[in-house]
Amino acid sequence: MNNIIKLEHIAKIYEVGAEKVHALKDVSLTIDENEYVAIMGPSGSGKSTLMNIIGCLDTPTKGTYIFTGVNVSEMDDNELAEIRNKEIGFVFQTFNLLPRSNALHNVELPLIYAGIPKNERQEKAIQALKSVGLEDRIYHKPNELSGGQRQRVAIARALVTNPSIILADEPTGNLDTKTGEDIMALFNELHEKGHTIILVTHEEYIAEHAERIIRLRDGLIERDEPVENRVIPNHTLSEG
Amino acid sequence: MKRFFFDLKEGIIISLKAIAANKMRAILTTLGIIIGIVAVTTMSTAIVGLREAFLSSLSSLGNDVLYVDKFEWFGSRNWRQYRNRKDITYDQYVKLREMLPADAYEAMAPNKRTFGKTVKYKQRSVQATLIYGTTEEFIKTSGAIPENGRFMNEFEVKAGRRVCIIGQDIAKNLFPNMDPLNKYIRINNVPLKVIGVLEKQGSAFFGSFSMDGQIIMPLKVFERLFGQRHGRMLIDIKVADVNKMDDVKELVTAVMRTVRKVPPGKPNDFAVNRQDVFTEVYDKTVGVVALAGIVITALSLFVGAIGIMNIMFVSVTERTKEIGIRKAIGARTWSILLQFLSEAAIICMIGGVIGLIISFPLSLIIDRFLPTAMPLDIVFLSLVISALVGIISGFLPAYKASRLNPVEALRYE
Repeated sequence: MNNIIKLEHIAKIYEVGAEKVHALKDVSLTIDENEYVAIMGPSGSGKSTLMNIIGCLDTPTKGTYIFTGVNVSEMDDNELAEIRNKEIGFVFQTFNLLPRSNALHNVELPLIYAGIPKNERQEKAIQALKSVGLEDRIYHKPNELSGGQRQRVAIARALVTNPSIILADEPTGNLDTKTGEDIMALFNELHEKGHTIILVTHEEYIAEHAERIIRLRDGLIERDEPVENRVIPNHTLSEG
Repeated sequence: MKRFFFDLKEGIIISLKAIAANKMRAILTTLGIIIGIVAVTTMSTAIVGLREAFLSSLSSLGNDVLYVDKFEWFGSRNWRQYRNRKDITYDQYVKLREMLPADAYEAMAPNKRTFGKTVKYKQRSVQATLIYGTTEEFIKTSGAIPENGRFMNEFEVKAGRRVCIIGQDIAKNLFPNMDPLNKYIRINNVPLKVIGVLEKQGSAFFGSFSMDGQIIMPLKVFERLFGQRHGRMLIDIKVADVNKMDDVKELVTAVMRTVRKVPPGKPNDFAVNRQDVFTEVYDKTVGVVALAGIVITALSLFVGAIGIMNIMFVSVTERTKEIGIRKAIGARTWSILLQFLSEAAIICMIGGVIGLIISFPLSLIIDRFLPTAMPLDIVFLSLVISALVGIISGFLPAYKASRLNPVEALRYE
């Protein structure tokens, strides 16, 4: 299998006033294509920092990050933006949809920044919304949608550029258990379709949906092991 | 380049939505720009109008004509000194004409003027604003062209025939519904035959008197009517080539010094005037005041620009999260910059358009006093200026937005 992500001795140091905070000390890991990985750890363990670096939202202070064969640790802001746009689909805990735009426009947004003309991008956005079971909600604004539906819009937005990885940061954190389960079922389905999924969570149960769990503590990898009894949601989407 | 227009188009669409979402705030923000644009356009319309009014009031003076006068127009010496100079005489005109090379000038007309004389035809009477006593060449130096009839000829001038050419106002008031030609008007009880009616001329010197109230007659007749010493004589010289005005002026000065026997080393006791001294004096005085006016009104536009900058900073802070989202899903620095710049520019241009809509009727009011409507280049310029104001005042906030760290921006609540 191909390496999609290769981190080598990544360190991230924040300077807070005169003090230096070592958010990540020395992290090396690889993630292959079509893997389903959960990153776990208590708060302050560095998992958000790691997610930001993997998601090209931030660059490491030390170490190299090879993403789809390209060294991104030295890239400037605009090059990183292009990588995020084309190769990474983000799903956030708080959905992070544009509140004034409808579902369609929210899903279209990454395609706007990819420079795709209007007709083509609407077509793709509608396709993505269909694939998460929201074809009858495309003109609804976020405040007219339930939490689960909002998160599906966000997932559609993550999928629409056909990215190399989907990076989900506590995707069920703001949802009730039932809806959360639906979303996890959707991730499972995407994984089965061949998507590479990285899940950041502090919930053991949610993490157990993945095939592999990387546990962080104090900026270091504590454990990195496969999941023995994966939770397989017996749900299918389109309802809920 | 294609990508730039794509980004620009999307940036404009995004900013239009953002403005639509905050209409009240946008309107209040544009108020500063509206006031600024109204002030600047109205002020410049007034200034342009004032200058145009001034220039058109000079139109009775030709730009290719030299005026030999014992007074210097806008001279620095006091009036009494000029008044004590010897008058220019008809003999001096004859000598000047003899001595000046014939190819230097096209026409030369000595003339005297008088103001506010009563003119009668039967029971009707009217005040002639201006009466000229001159020669047949005055038609060339003054540009007073007869619309009906004809100008006086050399013979009539030499013989001192009692003929005259009258302006439109005189014709209208003395001869309502009548053809004035070949009728006899009376001045100081002396009859004069009307041989021509001048084209409409308009008013001169800020409407202080109408050039349509003038009467032109042979110099000899003038002197007979009003006396030899009435009115001071000027010699109007229309130069052959307008590009050689300065040379001819030198020549005329030299000849006049000889004719008037000015000893070498003494200053001229006459002046060779030109129309453009009026423009120069105008630009030196009114022009400076006008410039100050523009600068002061431009300050109000500046205040409007500060308002835009302020509100754009608020807008950026308020939308930090949105900026974070956009950056996370791939908006480049440039796209964000363009989005906020176009928002500022659009707000300003809306202000500019509203400002123009308000100042247009104002310019029509000005138009009633000064002969000008709002010039099109001011309309265009103020739109460009308002867009520029938006771009300049929006730049700092937009730059701040484009530089936001996506991680921190996403965390912002």
